[in-house]
Amino acid sequence: MSGPSLAHRVSALAENLVEVQDLAVEFGLDGGRRLRAVDGVSFAIRRGETLGLVGESGCGKSTLGRAVTQLIRPSRGSVRFAGQEIAGLGHRQMRPVRRRVQMVFQDPYASLNPRMTIGQTLNESLSVHALARGSARRPRIVDLLESVGLDEAAIDRYPHEFSGGQRQRVGIARALAVEPEFIVADEPISALDVSIQAQTINLMMDLQRRHALTYLFIAHDLAVVRHISDRVAVMYLGKIVEIAERRELYAAPQHPYTEALLSAVPVPDPRVEARRRRIVLEGDVPSPVEPPSGCRFRTRCWKAIDTCAREEPPLIERSPGHWSACHLASPGGETRPT
Amino acid sequence: MLDVNGLTTDFVTRSASVRAVDDVSFAIAAGETLALVGESGCGKSATALSLMRLIGPPGGAIAGSIRFDGIDVMALDVAGLRRLRGKNVAMIFQDPMTSLNPVLTIGLQLGETLQTHLGLSVRAARRRARELLEMVGIPEAERRLGDYPHQFSGGMRQRVMIAMALSCRPRLILADEITTALDVTIQAQILELLKRLTRELQTAILLITHDLGVVAGMADRVNVMYAGQIVESAATLDLFLNPSMPYTRGLLDSIPRIDSEVRERLVPIRGVPPNLANPPPGCRFEPRCAHRRDICAARMPTLRQRPNTTAPHLTRCWAAQDVAEGGWLIGRDRHTVRETLAIPGDDA
Repeated sequence: MSGPSLAHRVSALAENLVEVQDLAVEFGLDGGRRLRAVDGVSFAIRRGETLGLVGESGCGKSTLGRAVTQLIRPSRGSVRFAGQEIAGLGHRQMRPVRRRVQMVFQDPYASLNPRMTIGQTLNESLSVHALARGSARRPRIVDLLESVGLDEAAIDRYPHEFSGGQRQRVGIARALAVEPEFIVADEPISALDVSIQAQTINLMMDLQRRHALTYLFIAHDLAVVRHISDRVAVMYLGKIVEIAERRELYAAPQHPYTEALLSAVPVPDPRVEARRRRIVLEGDVPSPVEPPSGCRFRTRCWKAIDTCAREEPPLIERSPGHWSACHLASPGGETRPT
Repeated sequence: MLDVNGLTTDFVTRSASVRAVDDVSFAIAAGETLALVGESGCGKSATALSLMRLIGPPGGAIAGSIRFDGIDVMALDVAGLRRLRGKNVAMIFQDPMTSLNPVLTIGLQLGETLQTHLGLSVRAARRRARELLEMVGIPEAERRLGDYPHQFSGGMRQRVMIAMALSCRPRLILADEITTALDVTIQAQILELLKRLTRELQTAILLITHDLGVVAGMADRVNVMYAGQIVESAATLDLFLNPSMPYTRGLLDSIPRIDSEVRERLVPIRGVPPNLANPPPGCRFEPRCAHRRDICAARMPTLRQRPNTTAPHLTRCWAAQDVAEGGWLIGRDRHTVRETLAIPGDDA
């Protein structure tokens, strides 16, 4: 099992804020079946960096994000935050960690209380952690609103009075309220219109610089992830299949799934589109309840060989910092011709 | 083949009347793919629904002229509309689950279309339905005919919708955000399939989408819509190389590209689109525009040919039409100065 060694190896290079080892999340289904949404995942996030997490619907990326923040209890594995083991911590023990770890969700309308004004929502976050008490409270809330580009008038308004983009700003302000170090953002811009997405991306990048934040940025949009991330992890059916520095992953993907994913993204340039040869994957993602034997991607992989059905490929570091889980990727990272 | 002139669609509520589509004109030639691009609420879907006369009293009203193959669609009665819809013009929507009947098998639904529009017998319709499922790449087609929509995945359902849309060999398909709900690898499958089949059958497409990447790969020509109006119209390559309405340029500048290594700051469009119940009197993009002048707030610009070019390229912008004064078209385009790196699947 190469997984646990990954976090270990990376920690030698820079300080890791988050270290995840062999993390698994299982859900029980009718008839006693188990769905393993996250299945033995290991990675680390360095302080101050953005790790992008990409994959298609149902690959387990949101579940992984929630398991890292302990909103979902992992069934196995370890999550260390700033050196402290937080997997399995009780509610009370988790509270000081909660202040340092926040989440931003896809749908800010569903994650804001519709009957609370924006001021009340932010006030609640501050109260829970006993921050900016007394007369310091209101200036702090105004500050927060301004830091996400909303003005003071927003305090007395309700979520429904805002546009989607503005609501997402409120969601970000709420996460910032408690001065966290680490934010897990789960598809924070996918519900927004294109012109509003850019505003939100810029805001998140500015805030990261200003507050030295560390991000786990979960998204299905590979162009956005490329723009915002320092390193990128690719998930397929509950497993990380590849993880590398952003530049490396996009320029020289080692896993066929990453390759297919990148080639499927349309580029807003007709000249590029006209000469591209797309890798069009056949079929759908198999059910995570009964994942294929061996490599989970093999049923859609155009390179699959016999070994792929028999043995599960381990996640191996093929070149410095570039890990992939494919039988056909050579130790040096070159894909063997088939 | 399709000629739309001065199409205007109003939605009427108790408190207000909203002009969702405002004086929209365009034409689609046989076999051509025309994209209608814009953000939520810009009127692109309302345009498609209006073309099929699927909007009407008491909630809505359509005005203007729609001609399909010389037929005056506005004058058609219920029977005429029924012949038009489904047979000559087919529609595919974003969410196939809401367009398929959940309590009928796929075989029955496909068969019904074929019996109604092509007059096939029950048996012939079933045989043809199986061929259609095979054509869109559904494995075990014969067995799947007996399945219900919920037994198909999202991508498979969209294939069924394409099969259904193509079943009567329509001349035109209205495709409204058909891949928006799908994952990117499934989107690639569906777009590839649609492209191949419509090329073989010489079907025209009105492609409605917010995704400029999809437009770049699929469309021959593009209409950009903003706040109910067409604001720019050109051949696809021309539009991407020479966007001349600041909104179009803004859309292109605000999206990160997967093939770009440069991590420069995105240039967002500030503000939000106007409320269509009370649109600004001048250019509707003026409140958000970085190139606005005095005239922009006072008078609505008309959709006119862009100066200094012979290719048909219409733009609704005072500044772009005023190239004599330098216009706003000076300055470097973010996308032409950026370094473009090779990406997987790029042959160049």
